[in-house]
Amino acid sequence: MLWAGLLTASAACYLLKLAGLSLPARLLQDVRVQRTVPLVPVALLAALVATQTFSTGHHLVLDVRAASLGVAAIAVVLRAPFLVVVASAAATAALLRLL
Amino acid sequence: MSQARRAIVRDALGIGIASGAYAVSFGAISTAAGLSVLQTSALSVLMFTGASQFALVGVVGAGGSVWAGAATAALLGSRNALYGVRLSSILDRSGLKRFLAAHFVIDETTAMAIAREAPDSSRFAFWVTGAALFTLWNLGTLVGAIATHLVPDPKVLGLDAAPPAAFLALLAPRLRARESMAIALAAGVVALACLPFVPAGIPLLIVAILVGLYGVFRLPAPRGGRRAAPGGESH
Repeated sequence: MLWAGLLTASAACYLLKLAGLSLPARLLQDVRVQRTVPLVPVALLAALVATQTFSTGHHLVLDVRAASLGVAAIAVVLRAPFLVVVASAAATAALLRLL
Repeated sequence: MSQARRAIVRDALGIGIASGAYAVSFGAISTAAGLSVLQTSALSVLMFTGASQFALVGVVGAGGSVWAGAATAALLGSRNALYGVRLSSILDRSGLKRFLAAHFVIDETTAMAIAREAPDSSRFAFWVTGAALFTLWNLGTLVGAIATHLVPDPKVLGLDAAPPAAFLALLAPRLRARESMAIALAAGVVALACLPFVPAGIPLLIVAILVGLYGVFRLPAPRGGRRAAPGGESH
């Protein structure tokens, strides 16, 4: 099941890339498409941040992940490299769980 | 090789190395989310677009269905279609080469290609960046996945708490305008508000539908030909 989802998603992502190179440009140069599509990652990434930090299953929760996110936010503001942002969040959770 | 081409190769390697480090964290997060080393590497080889890969393993790791993760990954991949439009005037659209080129159409290659004036420099930048990224992205993924696979319990390393940090790092470069800030805040609130009432992963699709409707109906009339800019994933 995991493989099926993984391969389907990979195929979808590839077809989207290919569509941009292959479809008549005017279809994708429609002003609504041009202005809406860049907003999709903003909304989805923000929703992913919120749900994966503040929920477990169907319950809203506040736990060490909130502190991890706080540390990650500081790292982002300080323009730390991607790996440092992720590692600092993981380290924060690991340390808080040791307490 | 001309000086201009050497500079392109240098830049491409810099981007590749930065992405390789970013891929290490992808490999680690994916393995900690329960994917095997092979599944993790398959994603980096076949999907090859960072935000979508993180979204799929993030949703799966949080207990959502792989199909909810797949839908989110595809929605995040939609921006690559717009990059393809910008690149189609630069790249050779005929023949089999297009099918290989399509796989490389991502933030970094687009940014590198459109930054050049001459079409042949653009093409060169696209292919060199694509090749460097593909190699180092997959190498980094494998290193992160194997290293995490060797750890008995990735939770001890806090890796289960890392995905939101990855999403935040991907989101931050896209938050330059006030409108994107507002959309990000609203999306977070809406996702949390509907989360207790719908199956896992569905809040993300609700958010995607709402932002689509917002984009189509609420945006003010365009002023001139502003186009989508590559977000710049990690560098």
